[in-house]
Amino acid sequence: MSFARSLRCRQCKREYPLEPLFVCEFCFGSLEVVYDYKAISQNLTRESIAAGPKNIWRYRALLPVEDEPINMDAGFTPLFHAHNLGRALGLERIYIKNDCMNPTWSFKDRVVAVAASKAREFGFQAVACASTGNLANSVSAHAARAGMRAFIFVPHDLEQGKILGSAIYGPTLVAVRGNYDQVNRLCSELAERFPWAFVNINIRPYYAEGSKTLAYEVAEQLGWQAPDAVVVPVASGSLLTKVWKGMHELSQLGIIGKVGSRLFAGQAQGCSPVATAFETGKPVRPVKPDTIAKSLAIGNPADGFFVLNILQECGGRAVAVSDDEIVDGMKLLAETEGVFAETAGGVTVASLKRLAAQGTIKPDELTVAIITASGLKTIEAVQEKVAPPITVDPTVASFEQEVGERAFWTPPLKDTGRTDRG
Amino acid sequence: MAKKRVMFTFPPDLVTEPVIYHLAQQFRVVTNIRRADVAEDRGWVVLEVEGKEEDIDKGLEWVATKGVRVDPVGGDVVEG
Repeated sequence: MSFARSLRCRQCKREYPLEPLFVCEFCFGSLEVVYDYKAISQNLTRESIAAGPKNIWRYRALLPVEDEPINMDAGFTPLFHAHNLGRALGLERIYIKNDCMNPTWSFKDRVVAVAASKAREFGFQAVACASTGNLANSVSAHAARAGMRAFIFVPHDLEQGKILGSAIYGPTLVAVRGNYDQVNRLCSELAERFPWAFVNINIRPYYAEGSKTLAYEVAEQLGWQAPDAVVVPVASGSLLTKVWKGMHELSQLGIIGKVGSRLFAGQAQGCSPVATAFETGKPVRPVKPDTIAKSLAIGNPADGFFVLNILQECGGRAVAVSDDEIVDGMKLLAETEGVFAETAGGVTVASLKRLAAQGTIKPDELTVAIITASGLKTIEAVQEKVAPPITVDPTVASFEQEVGERAFWTPPLKDTGRTDRG
Repeated sequence: MAKKRVMFTFPPDLVTEPVIYHLAQQFRVVTNIRRADVAEDRGWVVLEVEGKEEDIDKGLEWVATKGVRVDPVGGDVVEG
């Protein structure tokens, strides 16, 4: 059963019933799910969580889903001590939370699992979203699993590879002829006209709750403690606010101790409304995105204001990194830890590198870097940046001539790292 | 009658212009401001615009051509 009690406006605090609503009728502020924490505390323990399934539904008491959920085994992804990356950055206790290991290879499976489950519970027969990649893949896959219809809206000039990653699941794919702002407006209007669950519009309060499971897992995998620092890539800002909410919920319930974590927001320079607002001390101003980190290219972030509040409260900060730094970050993570992350992961690693070099994150701080999606989704970002293969004839002589000394190279001794999955 | 909920973000040079007044006058729509933050050099307003759908669309297009950014109230909905 769910302990969700109501929806509450994050601005004026008015409460609403648990329905498919997303803005406050009074002030048009965004809505958030609130829970009966007293009842949860009587039903939830470390042991009861540990006895649950190895996916996000082990934290079901803290999610707003009443009926049997749509379960594709999202979540419970590996958290591992990244010794090699730590050595490269001068950090002794850096952990990678690898959300590439989700069913459609991104953290979006966490939010979509909750949104699609709630949509089915509300009686919707179709789910929808507007997306340039990860979200579209996840909505399409979850709809397929649940036997629901899916309507996916993409910009008309989106790369074929990204379209394929959704098309394979059989949704109705709609390519919109228009610029980014026009696609945004169209989808907001369609959400009001059609009886579909637009996961990040009319189901958004429920959808966003799925991100909390990242915080729960990190705390559990660290032996029930909050880390000292967390580096989170920021697009709409929803993920960072929910990681914060998730950690504080566990603390409030007595499942972990006091949360002293500092959160750090990573953005690409080509789309950094939150980092700019943090630096200038002014409110978030919308920007036109221009970066290779397409999954973070949200120029008008819905949760930007809330991210700034959290950064101030916890003593964190926001960082903006260049496209070159993003590619270097992707390569560094792949070459040191064998994790091929997409551009958002490059933003996380590049931000981490900057924060470590500045001394903002200290070497002995228990730090977690969130890697949100697989690099196979954004191969075009690095295809010109990696060494091409050495071509040889099928003879030993040709091999020895072309490969030369490299054939006799022995790797330096490296730590293997420890995987804490399951 | 149709209703649309939108957010206007004003650049510094338009903060002092009565854009919302002109929107209502020229396009025969009713504007209802719900939240706003306007300072000397910047400003945003969240409002509801009510009227004939065609008038609302033309009006919002006119606001955008003036240099004001027009967004859905919930921020960007196209995600990565």
